[in-house]
Amino acid sequence: MTFPSFFIQLLNGLTDASSLFLVSAGLSLIFGVTRIVNFAHGSLYMLGLYVAYSLIQALGRSPFGFWTGVILAALVVGVVGVVIEVLVLRRIYRAPELFQLLATFAIVLVVKDAALYLWGSEDLVGPRAPGLAMAVDILGKRMPAYDLLLIAIGPVMLGLLWLLLQRTRWGALVRAATQDREMVGALGVDQAKLFTSVFFVGAMLAGLGGALQIPREPANLDLDLSVIADAFVVTVVGGLGSLPGALLAAILIGVAKAMCIGVGTVRLPGFEVDFSRLVLVVEFVIMGVVLVLRPYGLLGKPPAVARAAASVPPPLRSPRWQTALVWIALLLAAPLVSDDYFAALLIDIACFALFAVSLHFIMGPAGMISFGHAAYFGLGAYAGAVLLKRAGLPMEAAFLLAPFVAAAFALLYGWFCVRLSGVYLAMLTLAFAQITWSIVFQWDSLTSGSNGMIGIWPAAWLSGKTAYYYLAIVCCGLGIAFLWRVLFSPFGYTLRAGRDSPLRAEVIGINVRGFQWMAFVLAGAMAGVAGTVFAFSKGSISPSATSISQSTDGLVMVLLGGVETLTGPVVGAGLFTWLRDVLARETDYWRAVFGLIILAIVVLFPQGLVGGLKALFGRWQERNA
Amino acid sequence: MLTRNRLLTAASALVALSFVAPAMAQEPIKLGEINSYKVFAAFLDPYKKGMELAVEETNAAGGVLGRKIEVVSRDDNGNPADAVRAAEELLSREKVAFLIGTFPSNVGLAVADFAKQKKTLFIAGEPLTDKIVWDQGNAYTFRLRPSTYMQTAMLVPEAAKLHKKRWAIVYPNYEYGQSATAAFKKLLKEKQPDVEFVAEQATPLGKIDAGAVVQALADAKPDAIFSSLFGPDLAKFVRAGSERGVFKNVAVFDLLGGEPEYLDPLKDEAPVGWYVTGYPWQDLKTPEHTKFFNAYKAKFHDYPRLGSIVGYSTVMSAVAAIKKAGSLDQDKLVAAMANLQVSTPFGPVTFRAIDHQSTMGAFVGRIGVQDGKGIMTDWRFIDGKDALPSDTDVKKMRPAN
Repeated sequence: MTFPSFFIQLLNGLTDASSLFLVSAGLSLIFGVTRIVNFAHGSLYMLGLYVAYSLIQALGRSPFGFWTGVILAALVVGVVGVVIEVLVLRRIYRAPELFQLLATFAIVLVVKDAALYLWGSEDLVGPRAPGLAMAVDILGKRMPAYDLLLIAIGPVMLGLLWLLLQRTRWGALVRAATQDREMVGALGVDQAKLFTSVFFVGAMLAGLGGALQIPREPANLDLDLSVIADAFVVTVVGGLGSLPGALLAAILIGVAKAMCIGVGTVRLPGFEVDFSRLVLVVEFVIMGVVLVLRPYGLLGKPPAVARAAASVPPPLRSPRWQTALVWIALLLAAPLVSDDYFAALLIDIACFALFAVSLHFIMGPAGMISFGHAAYFGLGAYAGAVLLKRAGLPMEAAFLLAPFVAAAFALLYGWFCVRLSGVYLAMLTLAFAQITWSIVFQWDSLTSGSNGMIGIWPAAWLSGKTAYYYLAIVCCGLGIAFLWRVLFSPFGYTLRAGRDSPLRAEVIGINVRGFQWMAFVLAGAMAGVAGTVFAFSKGSISPSATSISQSTDGLVMVLLGGVETLTGPVVGAGLFTWLRDVLARETDYWRAVFGLIILAIVVLFPQGLVGGLKALFGRWQERNA
Repeated sequence: MLTRNRLLTAASALVALSFVAPAMAQEPIKLGEINSYKVFAAFLDPYKKGMELAVEETNAAGGVLGRKIEVVSRDDNGNPADAVRAAEELLSREKVAFLIGTFPSNVGLAVADFAKQKKTLFIAGEPLTDKIVWDQGNAYTFRLRPSTYMQTAMLVPEAAKLHKKRWAIVYPNYEYGQSATAAFKKLLKEKQPDVEFVAEQATPLGKIDAGAVVQALADAKPDAIFSSLFGPDLAKFVRAGSERGVFKNVAVFDLLGGEPEYLDPLKDEAPVGWYVTGYPWQDLKTPEHTKFFNAYKAKFHDYPRLGSIVGYSTVMSAVAAIKKAGSLDQDKLVAAMANLQVSTPFGPVTFRAIDHQSTMGAFVGRIGVQDGKGIMTDWRFIDGKDALPSDTDVKKMRPAN
């Protein structure tokens, strides 16, 4: 790269950094105050683009129309944020940690279908910025004027936000709530108003980030999810709650991407490295490295000691064996009365149930949230496929060995992950999952790349749907029973001790990290079993099995059923899989319907379905006593 | 008044009806269709309309084997595993005759493999991957659309004619883009051995960093660029490139750039002079197309996109296969698919016996702008059979089965 090229790529990186910063700033603000992992932040960004497109269309392509459109769009999205906060989130602040993620997941689905309904499926290419459509000559190369403006907007917005946070009463309250929101509440500050206003500002920043992209990015329906991961990465790399950190992280990631593209293909003796192929993973590599070296991000501080005593989840109750027997009998009898499709659906549910239970195992009792659990599901699936097709092992051997591969990776990744806690830990699991995904996605000779592998069918004696159904039910059932049993063994109690009171646990001589690590491996192995069973039931496996959406599905299942219950994840997996299957068949706008159903459950049962039903049942018993 | 004559007429009408009635009351033949409607909505909305038109026309003409047809659609959410479950449901619950549809390559391949396992016919409408008929082809799977290789091969002669020496390549980083790039390099090198590929950019699908990519390509000082971008990536690439003046004095090829789905959003910014494959619906006046075009316009008050053609022709291929087989027996259907002739809005196509690929062609031309909209100019139709490798090469690639 010559110097002019390097310099221009640096500017390109800074342009992207500015855009990234705007979205991440809002996310960081919302998380800091409300502790909500706002999965719908990308949807707000997408709405910003769509609304700006329509407004500019209506106001005319003059400088006045453009800038009024952009600002109005940001305000409109801010109002959407308020509506979401008031209608949904306000009702569930007291729910278990992360439960709000479920609500925002549902909002993503609803917004996506609403946008499809309102704006149609065709990509909408917005106008160029009037008056800024020309390019500027820099070192003999042309750089669009609008991009230069964007570079400036990032730091300017940071300055404005800094003033807002440091020099106003509202800002002081936000900072106070970020450190200790119970105390702010105790001092008589109206939390509801504060949260609503924070949501307005956060959503407005997302909307502004989107609207400003109008000249650079067509409004389309995939923007929500493509932006949300980036925004999370930037927020976490920068350090949660740190706006300068977010800008620094955005610059780091934006420039790293531009440099990967700028360097292009490098020819070394013997082989070639195409750096542009790294673009899809570079941000996750950066996040992984940063989190391993600095567990609270670049400029983040360790969170203030939380008053944990109030929020300790209730102890788990083991399921009654009579209930279990009924279910086992029903499941064993199912193939006698139904068809292949029903068996296929039950196999899917069984796989996802084990997947969700293994996720719950580390999330609930072990207290480690994972955003990247699909890595082990996918690794189990791919290990089975690779052992069968590439190593030429018989199906039975591949089936039995595959979960060990998943466990081996969990052993490796887990060693790094258990050193962190909270959202940082969750994001490190995500980083490992995305790195795994990008390798699976691009290693053509081993995994067939993006196409995925086909022809992964069970051995002849298992190829009938009924035979495989029994295999799946037995494997997944045993897996679930095993994990549940472990929770009521000394190992399980030790895990819960480490979660509820890490300090006391350490004092009495428990190696909390060691136990967490083993729990991580156990959960990984069981997710691997689920993945292996899944792959052989489909006959094919593709990288989507290790993707973010697979991880999210697992989280949604656990939260839907109830993270503080034992059977919740199983119920959640069943309901999620069945509902999605039925809805996709019965309605065109199935995502919106699915989202609305989840929202209804969220608002009615803030403890998750099983938790909520248990509470209802308890109240009913009391009344009749 | 009820006379004897009238009574007789009524009675005979009743008798006649009772002969006809069973045929009318017979269950329709169901075609099981799977697609990623929500994930690739821009392409698949028009696709669905095309299918609806084909069903309507078929049934208006009396159906096939004396029965009406019905398409039972399922959304796979862009996920192969969901698609396989939907296929299972279509076969065991809906009792569909066989499977059609799918969009992304990985879903197409997963359903193809499922069809092989179930010994059921599968007509893949849209997936572009070469592997579905070649490396990973199977006895039960047929594909309608011209593949990545074929579309690339259609553009290569144009590229070779220009005798540009330094080529830069940009492609979406997944199967389709990788195959297009590999095919382009191989085919152009054969025709023009002195060609040099000076830069290559693999961009994440839907997330191209357009400014940086355009700059990196320009730094390599290419004489020509080959792109297989589409959708939002293409729109961003076009805008960034024209703002930075990168396309000046450079010949640009874009594999799918002429398809209305991707060309129309660009409006007056459609990059004039680019070489593309696509579908010039405004100017295509063959009798087959005019008939299709008018029927489509009358039904939906919109012009057809390429997706409409693919959806329509997929259903018509299924109908033709049933008609030729004269039964819904899978072996007979598969046998009927070999060398099956189907009439499509692009003219007649044949499903080749050798690799199960149809000979559907595509239009090669250059992009122009007319009345603020992108159009194709100087276009000509290339028959799919002229863009396929030799039979010996195909046999080498396709597993014996």
